Amino acid sequence: MGMTDQVLPALLKPMAADPMEQFEIVEIFPLSFNDGVSLAFTNSSLFMMFIVLSALLFFTLATQRLQLIPTGIQSMGEVAYEFIAKMVHDTMGEEGRQFFPFVFTLFTFVFLANFLGLLPTIPGAPHAIHSFTVTSHIIVTFTLAILSVGLVVGYGVLKHGVGFLKLFAPSGVPLWLLPLITPIEIVSFLSRPVSLAVRLFANMLAGHVVLKVFAGFVGTLLTAGGVLSVLSIVPMLGIVGVFLLEFLVAFLQAFVFAILTCIYLQDALHPSH
Amino acid sequence: MNRWLQAGAASALALVGTALAAEAEGGEATGGLPQLDTTTWASQVFWLLIFFILLYLLMSRVFLPRLGGIIEQRRQRIADDFDKAAEFKRQAEEAEAAYKQALSDARARASRIAQETRDQIDEEIRKMQAETDAKLEAEITAAEARIADTSAKAAEAVREAAKETTRAVVMALIDETPSDDAVDAAIAAAQGGAQ
Repeated sequence: MGMTDQVLPALLKPMAADPMEQFEIVEIFPLSFNDGVSLAFTNSSLFMMFIVLSALLFFTLATQRLQLIPTGIQSMGEVAYEFIAKMVHDTMGEEGRQFFPFVFTLFTFVFLANFLGLLPTIPGAPHAIHSFTVTSHIIVTFTLAILSVGLVVGYGVLKHGVGFLKLFAPSGVPLWLLPLITPIEIVSFLSRPVSLAVRLFANMLAGHVVLKVFAGFVGTLLTAGGVLSVLSIVPMLGIVGVFLLEFLVAFLQAFVFAILTCIYLQDALHPSH
Repeated sequence: MNRWLQAGAASALALVGTALAAEAEGGEATGGLPQLDTTTWASQVFWLLIFFILLYLLMSRVFLPRLGGIIEQRRQRIADDFDKAAEFKRQAEEAEAAYKQALSDARARASRIAQETRDQIDEEIRKMQAETDAKLEAEITAAEARIADTSAKAAEAVREAAKETTRAVVMALIDETPSDDAVDAAIAAAQGGAQ
């Protein structure tokens, strides 16, 4: 027991800290214009770069030797392509084709962000390369949501002009109901980016906090010694369960983000739904 | 499409502005959630836009056209193969129809030939029978004529013999040569009596 007492705390110490530590932004190199706002390259930027690099790696491998009868990785790439292509087609039809690259990029970015965040931190690594989930920051998910909704508004206004406002006066609604319906529609429209952003952010935040809290229990119980050390298996199994669930959530939230974007874009194509 | 992305980017840049403003107010978050530390927002939005646009360009310019191309190529190929298969099927069906036609033609010709042969043989048999019948008829007629001739000659011979006998008998009885007419009359009378 004596040896574990010495080794385990040392091993657990950098990880078993504050469950919020994993969300901290750590500056890697500073960047600012005219001594103004800091646009520093941080661990968040680093993981965004990892997202782009892993997408680059995956799709390069998937498309380097294209064959009619696909190899393993090529068919994985094709599955991703056809999954999003079908989603876009099912929600928007043939007109949706122009938005396909955007939706695909959005899905890939969110999925990889969620997924890379599940990688475990290498013990003893400097704080800047601790495992970090880009999408666990509300500002990131909100920016992505604004990109989606901004595209909807931008396209809708450019394509339909004032006609885009029909979005707030659904066809088939009796005239006397419009004073009631229109404010509801406006509020529902304005809440779209908020709900998109908060849904993704909250899912990522909660999942990672739960994982970290459970991991803290394991550390505490192990170092407590005796029967309690044996009991540490319980939160350990909890971590395994939550971790598996987080894989599902990582995919599901990316899927939800992409399909909601598709549904909102459908409004831009046909405001008078 | 790029225009739309630009529109989105513009909206997001406006967000950076909001973040800047928030920081300008000197809102230094202390202790709470790292997510609410507004001093990091501008940097996060800035790098997010850079990497998101980079990923968008990679996807829309390089990888999606490649994947879409090969998928389209495969679909084309499968459609072509289906067309080809349909063409082959059509050809096979044509060949089968032609084969059936040829078979039924051959069958019809065979039965026609058999019928013709049968008719011909029947005809020949009939002809041969008719010829044989005619020949036999002729032979019978000739034979009957010969018999009639022979019996006539025999009757004549008998009559001559009777005449001679009569003459001889008359000579012997009355020593007078009877005239031929008398003999004939006598014989005719005898014949008539005999009958």
